[in-house]
Amino acid sequence: MKPHPFDYVRADTVEEAVELLGDHGEDARILAGGQSLMAMLNLRLLEPTLLIDISRIPALAEIREMGGKIEVGAAVTQNRLLAWPQLRAKLPLLAAALPFVGHFQTRNRGTACGSIAHADPSSEIPLALVTLEGEVVLRSRSGTRVLPAREFQRGMLMTARRPNELITAVRFPIQTGHQVAFREIARRHGDFAIVAIAAVADGNRVRLGVGGMAGKPATRDFPAGTHLGDAINAFAWELEGYEDMHASARMRRDILRRVGPTVIAEAMRCAA
Amino acid sequence: MRRVNRDQRATVSVELNGRRLSAEAEPRMSLSDFIRHALGATGTHVGCEHGVCGACTVLIDGVAVRSCLTLAVQADGREVTTVESLADGGVLNPLQQSFRNNHALQCGFCTPGILMSFTDFLRRNPRPSEAEVVEVLSGHICRCTGYAGIIAAVLEAAATMNSNERETS
Repeated sequence: MKPHPFDYVRADTVEEAVELLGDHGEDARILAGGQSLMAMLNLRLLEPTLLIDISRIPALAEIREMGGKIEVGAAVTQNRLLAWPQLRAKLPLLAAALPFVGHFQTRNRGTACGSIAHADPSSEIPLALVTLEGEVVLRSRSGTRVLPAREFQRGMLMTARRPNELITAVRFPIQTGHQVAFREIARRHGDFAIVAIAAVADGNRVRLGVGGMAGKPATRDFPAGTHLGDAINAFAWELEGYEDMHASARMRRDILRRVGPTVIAEAMRCAA
Repeated sequence: MRRVNRDQRATVSVELNGRRLSAEAEPRMSLSDFIRHALGATGTHVGCEHGVCGACTVLIDGVAVRSCLTLAVQADGREVTTVESLADGGVLNPLQQSFRNNHALQCGFCTPGILMSFTDFLRRNPRPSEAEVVEVLSGHICRCTGYAGIIAAVLEAAATMNSNERETS
């Protein structure tokens, strides 16, 4: 289908985009890569009156290191991040998860921040951000605020972003001394994950991050020596899972019970 | 800042397959419709219009993207490359010739998008493994071939292009 008509503005600076958002609030949508937004517009699931295109703002196109974190600007595409030479050394979990984000062709345009903003419960980048305890940088007329990932994503497609706020960047803490593993179960590679599982291990504990089981990604820490079978079973029941056209809640719990220990073992093997 | 209101038409200029062309587009017009209807280059096909099928894949500044998920106004000033650029007159390029050799198409609806994806991919990765080819192909849907012929064609094209490179060097 074709989208409902809208006004289009290509902003040249962050200030311009923030001013427009301040004026239009919920009636406006930010367009960066458009790989979720344009599909929703074409399906007429959304009918905004204004699209604010931020994809050509130079200040948002940067990947930079600052104070032990990697800051990824809102115009940085997923494939540019994947090709960043330091990714594997500094953010190995993201290096493992990004190849599962959509397809080669959509990663060429889709942005990391756009995926965070869209907040699909099965998405890989929001899962990685919450597992690594990253942050989201939000800018409005009244200033900048930084929210921890677990406070940012509220539920299915719901976030703590206020209608007048622009996500200018996300920040991932640099991983040192951690080993990681990532797997997901999907109908085909690149399809939405039915369940996505991340593990980050150091000598003393392992953290499991799970997407596709609840309205937003969840994490749980297991100290060394935990009986993983019981602990992951309890975690699966707590998250419940949900039913959609691809899987029942029971199947989702079962995937977590069966694949969770494998992903943890992979991370621990790397850690050893 | 550039603003185009919903009832206005903006002039969009692109370099389509090496030719600078301009036409008018309202803000909501997709790049796929712009290429086909405004510029008249109908080699690019439009399937699902929500980024799943991959038939509309074109290159923007050399990078494979879904033209149905890109607005025409967003492509203003960019280089757009479509399937029409591949053959030299009546002579198929190595990728196209490999598709022909390996029965990698039947109805041909999905083919323009697949050719453009691998045009970008083989430039970045001239010696791909079969698994890498399958991963990129997962961004396309083909209902005729069962994909085996397409995978064989891409691997053959990569081999041909690499051997051509060796001869000229």
